[in-house]
Amino acid sequence: MNDIVIPGHLLPSYREQSAAVRTRFDSLKARELILTVSKLHKNFDTDGKSTVALKDINFTTHRREFLCVVGPSGCGKSTLVRILAGLEEHSSGDVLLLGQPVTGPGSDRGMVFQGYTLFPWLTVKKNVMFGLEVNGHGKHESEREAMQWLQLIGLEKFADVYPHQLSGGMKQRVAIVRALANQPRILLMDEPFGALDAQTRCRMQAHLLEIWRKIDITIVFITHDLDEAIFLADRILVLSAHPGEIQELIEVPVPRPRSIAQIVTAEFLATKARLEELIYSGGHEPAEGEDYPIMQRMTNVADNVE
Amino acid sequence: MARSTLFRVLRPLSPRAKFTIGILAFVLPVGVWSLVSYVPAVWHPQIMITDAGSVSYLDAGSHMARDAFESEVADARQEGRAPPKGVRANPIYLPSPGEVLKAFYTSFTTPPETKDGQWLHQSLWHSIRIIFWGYVISSLIGVPLGVLCGAYAALGRVNEPFIEFFRYLPAPAFGALMVAILGIYDGPKIAIIVIGTFFQQVLIIANTTRKVDPALLEAALTLGTRNRQLLTRVVVPAVLPDLYRDQRILLGWAWTYLIVAELIGTTSGITWFITQQARYQHFPNVYAAIAMIGIIGLGTDMLLAVLGRRLFPWDRSLAKFA
Repeated sequence: MNDIVIPGHLLPSYREQSAAVRTRFDSLKARELILTVSKLHKNFDTDGKSTVALKDINFTTHRREFLCVVGPSGCGKSTLVRILAGLEEHSSGDVLLLGQPVTGPGSDRGMVFQGYTLFPWLTVKKNVMFGLEVNGHGKHESEREAMQWLQLIGLEKFADVYPHQLSGGMKQRVAIVRALANQPRILLMDEPFGALDAQTRCRMQAHLLEIWRKIDITIVFITHDLDEAIFLADRILVLSAHPGEIQELIEVPVPRPRSIAQIVTAEFLATKARLEELIYSGGHEPAEGEDYPIMQRMTNVADNVE
Repeated sequence: MARSTLFRVLRPLSPRAKFTIGILAFVLPVGVWSLVSYVPAVWHPQIMITDAGSVSYLDAGSHMARDAFESEVADARQEGRAPPKGVRANPIYLPSPGEVLKAFYTSFTTPPETKDGQWLHQSLWHSIRIIFWGYVISSLIGVPLGVLCGAYAALGRVNEPFIEFFRYLPAPAFGALMVAILGIYDGPKIAIIVIGTFFQQVLIIANTTRKVDPALLEAALTLGTRNRQLLTRVVVPAVLPDLYRDQRILLGWAWTYLIVAELIGTTSGITWFITQQARYQHFPNVYAAIAMIGIIGLGTDMLLAVLGRRLFPWDRSLAKFA
């Protein structure tokens, strides 16, 4: 971090919001609550030893909000989203979706995973039909809806292709509409673009914002990429590690609609500086094996590369 | 083809190298066999008598050891008798490739030695039917049970320790018992194949089922899949190509139990043919029959491999080794 100087004193505070942004947040907060997480705790018991993965997590999301969750590795952000999906049980506290407690996985919450989880034995269209069919929709209705979803993301030409014939980005686009086809109230995304190359990831972020703009969906998006979080989110939930606790819930002051050009604006840089301050200078000791030593020199002293 | 391109760890071969080496896999052993059969200097430890001469106990066509023959020739010469004549030959149990090839044809055209005997094609067909029913009965129970044991830990726990114990018991050991229960004809033979296949099958299928990618299960759960549908719509299709591969291997297993199975009760099928021909010392026929089992087995497996590629076009691991 030493050689990159972020002129913090020149930046406005990340708390400063333009009038338009403030109005947007006011109307957002006036919307109904979709997800309420209160006093959420999660302990892992391994070999009789109990470790605290998540401690006293409280937050809410409003309808059509885009919430990103960031934090250092091991902060439990994946555990959090898996609890929200119902794939893992929490130790105490409440997770309420529209006031109803979450007790297990269900089609009211869609999920997109980091790894590719399209069913390899089904064509793209049948992958999208899957959720509709297991929830009791007829074959023809499912097929019609699946085709509409594929048209929406411009992949209708690939309807009869198997997932292994698609690129990584296309697989994730199909995974997103497969989750959306069930018309869930909330879409949970666990580092969905983590395995994609930089250019594809950039295009996917814009694509996801486009989908989010056009559909009544609330998104909780896990990432470790701070630029991605700022670019996508209305609010960013910052977790600390060991134990996973909320450090801050940041309201992103970057106005919408977002574009890639905003990455150098003062609001963007100010938010990023704050996130880096929270995540990288948390002051916690590096875990064993994660401290990098100064190496002994193994070349001629006159043979310098820097 | 430089050595460096042929011997690289886990690298696929070029199509040409694959073809050539595949052919060599058969040509090499047959080449060694031909060498031993047609070049007397390589082995030929015996003499086949062509003319008994003055030695009373020799017959034309019989085999004897080379040194015994040579001492007979020396004795006869010394005593001024007519010496026996003969040519170097391999033992009768090692016929040449040419003889076996000929037997391949003649064994089908030769009528049975006894009047209640069977033609070779009838024997083969009988064996194939035994294998088929043994394998089908084993699979009808073994595959669903294996999938259930793999999918539900409790079912696996209640079945697998016992099956694990049972699979160490050699199937032929149940021969006498099966004859007592099922009679002497096809029943006990099919039973031996079932016993030999079934227990391995349940364990192998259960293990394959456990290898289903948990991420696919989680994805299905978040899409609202429940209980039975999770099994029928996710677990089974996900492991189906692997189950198919397992079943191909198990079919080979069923074949290995065929010979012992057919010895139980009244000997039948290809085993009856082999033992009968061996009794008459028609060893080329014995080799031809053994080779036929190999050809039928390999042929079925290759057919199933081709069928598998058509059934599971999405399966990457099949495409890689196709």
